[in-house]
Amino acid sequence: MTISLVLIGLMVVLYACGIYLMLERSMTRVLLGFLLVGNATNLLILTMSGGYGAAPILVGGVESDDVSDPLPQALILTAIVITFGVSAFLMALIYRSWRLANEDVVYDDADDLAMRSRSIISEDETEEETVSDTEFGEEAEAAVTAISDSSDAPADVQGDGRDS
Amino acid sequence: MLILLMAFSLGAIILPSLARRFGTRIFYFAAPIPLAAFIYTVAMAPRVLSGETVTEFVRWIPQLGLALSFQLDTLAWLMSLIVTGVGTLVLLYCVRYFDDDEDGLGRFAAVFLAFAGAMYGLVIADDVYLLFVFWEATTVFSYLLIGHYTRKTASRGAALKALLVTTFGGLTMLVGLVLLSVDVGSTQLSVIIAAAPEGALITTAVMLILVGALSKSAIVPFHFWLPSAMAAPTPVSAYLHAAAMVKAGIYLVARLAPGFADTPGWQEVVIAAGVVTMLVGGYRALRQFDLKLLLAYGTVSQLGFLLVVVGFGTRDSALAGLTLLLAHALYKATLFLVVGIIDHDAGTRDLRKLSGLGARSPTLVGIAALALASMVGLPPFLGFVAKEAVFTSFITAATAGSALGWAALIGTAAGSVLTVAYSLRFFWGAFSRKPDVDEVRVARQNIEFLISPALLAVAGLALGLMPGLVDSWLSGYSSQFPAAGEPYHLALWHGLAPALAISAATLLLGALLFVARDQVQRAQASMPDMLSASEGYWLMLRAIDRAAARVTSLTQRGSLPFYLGVILLVFVAAIGTALLRNNTWPENWRLFDHPVQLAVAVIGSIAALAATRAQKRFQAVVLVGVTGYGMAALFALQGAPDLALTQILVETVTLIAFVLVLRRLPARLGERNASVRRGLRAVLGITVGLVMGAVALVSLGARTAIPISADMPDMAYEGGHGVNTVNVMLVDLRGWDTMGELSVIIVAATGVASLIFIASRTDNLPRVSRRDAREQVSERLRRVADPADTTHDRAPWLLAGRRLAPRNRSILLEVVVRLLFHPIMIVSLYLLFAGHNAVGGGFAGGLVAGIALVARYLAGGRYELGAAAPFDAGKLLGAGLTLAVGAALVPLFFGADALTSTWFEWDLAVFGQIEFVTSTIFDIGVYLVIIGLILDVLRSLGAEVDRQEEEPQGATT
Repeated sequence: MTISLVLIGLMVVLYACGIYLMLERSMTRVLLGFLLVGNATNLLILTMSGGYGAAPILVGGVESDDVSDPLPQALILTAIVITFGVSAFLMALIYRSWRLANEDVVYDDADDLAMRSRSIISEDETEEETVSDTEFGEEAEAAVTAISDSSDAPADVQGDGRDS
Repeated sequence: MLILLMAFSLGAIILPSLARRFGTRIFYFAAPIPLAAFIYTVAMAPRVLSGETVTEFVRWIPQLGLALSFQLDTLAWLMSLIVTGVGTLVLLYCVRYFDDDEDGLGRFAAVFLAFAGAMYGLVIADDVYLLFVFWEATTVFSYLLIGHYTRKTASRGAALKALLVTTFGGLTMLVGLVLLSVDVGSTQLSVIIAAAPEGALITTAVMLILVGALSKSAIVPFHFWLPSAMAAPTPVSAYLHAAAMVKAGIYLVARLAPGFADTPGWQEVVIAAGVVTMLVGGYRALRQFDLKLLLAYGTVSQLGFLLVVVGFGTRDSALAGLTLLLAHALYKATLFLVVGIIDHDAGTRDLRKLSGLGARSPTLVGIAALALASMVGLPPFLGFVAKEAVFTSFITAATAGSALGWAALIGTAAGSVLTVAYSLRFFWGAFSRKPDVDEVRVARQNIEFLISPALLAVAGLALGLMPGLVDSWLSGYSSQFPAAGEPYHLALWHGLAPALAISAATLLLGALLFVARDQVQRAQASMPDMLSASEGYWLMLRAIDRAAARVTSLTQRGSLPFYLGVILLVFVAAIGTALLRNNTWPENWRLFDHPVQLAVAVIGSIAALAATRAQKRFQAVVLVGVTGYGMAALFALQGAPDLALTQILVETVTLIAFVLVLRRLPARLGERNASVRRGLRAVLGITVGLVMGAVALVSLGARTAIPISADMPDMAYEGGHGVNTVNVMLVDLRGWDTMGELSVIIVAATGVASLIFIASRTDNLPRVSRRDAREQVSERLRRVADPADTTHDRAPWLLAGRRLAPRNRSILLEVVVRLLFHPIMIVSLYLLFAGHNAVGGGFAGGLVAGIALVARYLAGGRYELGAAAPFDAGKLLGAGLTLAVGAALVPLFFGADALTSTWFEWDLAVFGQIEFVTSTIFDIGVYLVIIGLILDVLRSLGAEVDRQEEEPQGATT
């Protein structure tokens, strides 16, 4: 396979610029970076076919031996259209973000930041051990008259769920 | 047996729908199912007791060696009787226990039935994986049952505790089961036990399985979930503690004991864990005031007892173990049901608040007394028969020189003393008349409520009177163990044997312990609190929570650039390492194949670099577009005309869409937030680019095999009947790829629409009806006849032309669009149908048609778009996908593979030949989906954005 260095060079530049833009906080730049990376990847697939020939359309005496590799072409065709679909979606996202917040910025997720700043586990969370000693209580058919709620149960009952 | 299991699950599905209508009588519908299983099991008695094993075998997943395989041997038969018998009685008891207005009654009944079914399946399963499935099913159903009072925190916490502990054990057990079945080469439990291999691996496997059994049976150190589980309704507790769930672990130990009791460490683990559990449970039962909690700790204690006996592994202990198992099921279920009745009537289970209940309800006292007598081991109850057998078997082992026999004997005897003490405490607490406590009032006793506990209690007495019968039932199991001397037989009277003395001593000491209960209580109260297993459980849960929070906050920074950066760094590190170790660098290379490549590369690179520096939005967009058109030039050069065409069209549509969006955004980029960390990002970008370049070089240099696509042009011609290989590949050879792509497109298009249409999702494009259009045209004709009339505007060239504000109209654009729209549509159709044999296809055709719509929109605004495409974009997308899926599926009906294409030719005499390839239908689907996508983009980013702009400012926020 013969390699054309110029194409590889173009691909490297496209990737580098695309990644540079994708790491931005402006959503428009992220989208532009996405498009550049898309182009770079299509170029990668194209160069992977290794050399080229006639268009893979067998008319006018073109033989199947001297055409370009059709498989990468089919893959790229799919990729081009999908890239369009995804960028349309990103555009809608940008517009919506602008309309709702007047911002074109990818902000840090507030919940994630909150997670970092404080412990979400409260330290005083302990086992709920105040177990009632009845399922029926005063609804029972002949409830014991002296029933009071379980809050006055002695400490020993409350500790009964624990054992050695 | 399979049919019975299906009845269980079917019943569980139907029951919830009956709850509203029948109230608690719903349990009358549930009870017959376990009853049928019980009757079936009884009917099988002659065959099972004659030594036969009843089996059922249905293939399930033969590829994985899984089968629905069931067996009914003596052990399974006994367990089935307990599970289904107690289950039936508890279900009948529920009729009176609950009220008709109980929350979630239907769900409760269904889950209870399903739980019973799972338990039944568990004890008759002969396949280890089937066993595991039922095992986990009981875990899940018990979780639902324990958490029945969903509004109570304690209830939910207890359910979760049971779930976590038993699932932990279950998964551990699964590892053991896998090890065992792989080593033996069979998943049949019976085969594995018969083979009973040995070795370090097997010891590990057996220990893992024991962990599962111990956690299920609430043995120390897993015991803490069982007392908490009394947050469940009392019938559940009765079933859970007596016949199901906790018995599963004991069952598994009993099942494995014939084969694996001599595994190194088995006896030590079983006896140590069992004795400790028995003593801890008994000790804590003596501290309880809640009768149900007292029983719960009693169950923990008894489970330890059962484990020691069942796992001990001699012939006599096996017989004693099963007898004890049966006796325990009978008396423990009775006692829980009695507690339920007390709670139901008196409204409390606290023994300090109950007084004089005994005198009021003598029947209840009688039932409880029968059960307690069996529990403490009074003759002639079944509990006594069992305990005699237990002590005798341990004495036999101990006197034969087994230290473990001594440990088991002393441990269980001490435990039995505690059992006697807390049994008496229960009886005294529930029924006695206590000074200083108000007596309970008389409750209306319902005979039906008492039937279930009464039957169970009487069974404990009746079987105790017929020890020979029980012996003949159970000897089929114990005979699996090697006989050491004369086998022991169950009997009420063995003469003045040492076991009798031990029984008498335990009764005496237990009674003393009860009499001295005040001193015992003081002594217990003065004991320092140790770290309990339950606290350990909570500490562990909290530690896990905290670790999870820490890991999350460490990795989840919430910053998109951070995530991307991490991904890219990992990519560079991983691929870079691989590249450094690579030594196959390509040798054939040249600077360029064609001067155009050089030109495109230079222009593209400059454009890309400039795009990163651009400060204005449009500038950046156009620069990126330049690289895209450059790609098209490369495609055209490299023998890919289809790609070049598609790339140009897509690039154009993208540019227009960008313009539509960007008109609302400020012109300058990054006004509010300037680019930060440029150097770092540049380094990362360049590194990734270089790595990708190296990847390209290396992989191209490594290409040696003949590509898979070498035959594709010929395949496309012969199989797909088309000469344009790329198009045939898209619609035929690799049609599934395209199908996936269509789905992505549809999702994206729908996403665009739903992001922009904030208020409603309906397509509310304004319509110009055909009639309006006709009137406009005729009006214009009339006006031509009357040149003096100057009251009208310029004549509209487009249908909706009049609706635009005059300052937004461009007559030139209108004329051009008017003239070009139809030719462009025809071109798009040509591309669609010619695509099979020339440049074109559904993608290109759809894009061209989309551009025609774009032109109409740009010239005439949203009204014009509504007139040009008077249909819903969603319907277009749906129709396209339907066509594509249809083209994929129809061949199936003709016995061909999906997406197979065929062709028809017609000779139309003078018109020549027409041929039609069915994959064109697929291409039409693609065509429609692409048009739908562009239409969605237009009506969202174009028309809807227009409308929102026309709205008065501040109308939407």
